[in-house]
Amino acid sequence: MAIYGLWVINKAGGLVYQRNFADGLAQLTSNEYLVLAGTLHGIHAITSRLSPIGSSSGAHVIEGESLKMTILLTATGTKFVLLTSLAETSADAVLQKAYEAYSDAVMKNPFYTPEMPIRSEGFDLRISTLIGDGRTS
Amino acid sequence: MQHAQPHSRFSVLSNSSLSSAELISPASSTRFSLPSAPSINTTLATPKPALSRPNIYDRNLSKTRTAEVSASAFAFLFSEVVQYTQKRVSGINDLERRLNTLGYRIGTRVLELMAWRAESGSKAPKREVRFLPALMSIHTQVWKAVFGKPADAIEKSVSNEDEYMIIDNDPSIERHISVPRDMSQLSCSSFTAGIVEAVLDGLGFPARVTAHNTPVQGHPSRTTILIKLEKSVLEREEVFKS
Repeated sequence: MAIYGLWVINKAGGLVYQRNFADGLAQLTSNEYLVLAGTLHGIHAITSRLSPIGSSSGAHVIEGESLKMTILLTATGTKFVLLTSLAETSADAVLQKAYEAYSDAVMKNPFYTPEMPIRSEGFDLRISTLIGDGRTS
Repeated sequence: MQHAQPHSRFSVLSNSSLSSAELISPASSTRFSLPSAPSINTTLATPKPALSRPNIYDRNLSKTRTAEVSASAFAFLFSEVVQYTQKRVSGINDLERRLNTLGYRIGTRVLELMAWRAESGSKAPKREVRFLPALMSIHTQVWKAVFGKPADAIEKSVSNEDEYMIIDNDPSIERHISVPRDMSQLSCSSFTAGIVEAVLDGLGFPARVTAHNTPVQGHPSRTTILIKLEKSVLEREEVFKS
C-alpha cells in the first residue's frame, strides 16, 4: 500500500499545493499538474450535479487500474485529493489530518494569502510527519 | 474623501442613505427582522431590553480556570493582527516595533491583573523592588497568566552587564506562524517583548525589550526575549547591594 501524492485545490480550481510521496506514478511537469487539477475541479462540479435526488457532495473516490483518487471537499470549497494505491485504506483519515494541518499551519499563518500557492515550512513539516515517504505498511 | 464620512464599520448610523426615522422606527422591520410578538405577550407592554451579555469586568478576578480562551481563536486573531500591521509598515523593524507597542498595551493590564490576583488577599501586599525577583516573577507568573506555562529559562548576558534574557522554547503565539525566508529576521514574539517591557516599566525597571529567533536542534521556534536595562536600574541595584 502506498500514498503517491497530495493535491490541494482552491475553490476556483487552481492547484495551490502538490507533493509527491511514494514512487509509482509518472512524474509530470507542474503545468501538467495544474491542468489535471483544473480538470478534476470541473469533473467534480459535474458529479455534484448528477445526483437524481437533490444535492450531492460530488465524487468521493475515483478508481483506476493502478491508483485511487480520494477527494475531500471542505465546507469552504477547498478540495484535498490523495492519490493512493488501490489497497490503501487510510486515505480518508489521512485527508482529514491533512485538512487539520492546513487549518493550523496555513490558515492561521499571517504570511499566507488565501487562494494562493502554499509555501509554508510549517505545513510541509506537518505533511511530512503525517505521510512520510508514502509507504504505509 | 475618506475623512468626510466615518468608516462604515464604525457605526450603522453613518449609513446616510437611511433616514434616522427609518433607523429607530420599529415599523421598518425588514431591516431588523424583529420577530413579531405573539399575541399572548402583548399584555407585557415593555419590550425586552437588549440582550444582556455576561460582562468580562464582572468576572471573578481570581477564577482563572474559566477565563481561558481558545488557542485557535487567538491564533486567528493574532494572524489578523500581524497582517493588519504588516500592511501599514515599511520594513521588518517597523513591524516589530508596532507589534511591541501592541504587546505593551497588554502588558500594562497583565501587571495590574497579576498584582490583584497575587496581593489582593494578602495582609501585607508587597511589590518587587529588586530586579532579579522581578525577572523571576515575569518568567513564571506573567508567562503563566498569559501563555499558561512558565518560560523555559532565564539567562544573563556574559558580555553585557545590563542584558538579561528570557527564553521560550516553543512560544505559543508563533506556533502556527511560518515566516517566509525573505523576512527571516522577523520575530513575531516582539509582541511578547512588548508585554515584558510594559511589566518591567510598570514595576519601575525601564528597559528596552526585543525578541530574537534563536533556533536550536529540537526547538526550531526557540525565541529569546532580550532585556536591555536602563542605566538607572543598574545604579539603583548597586545602591541596594551596599
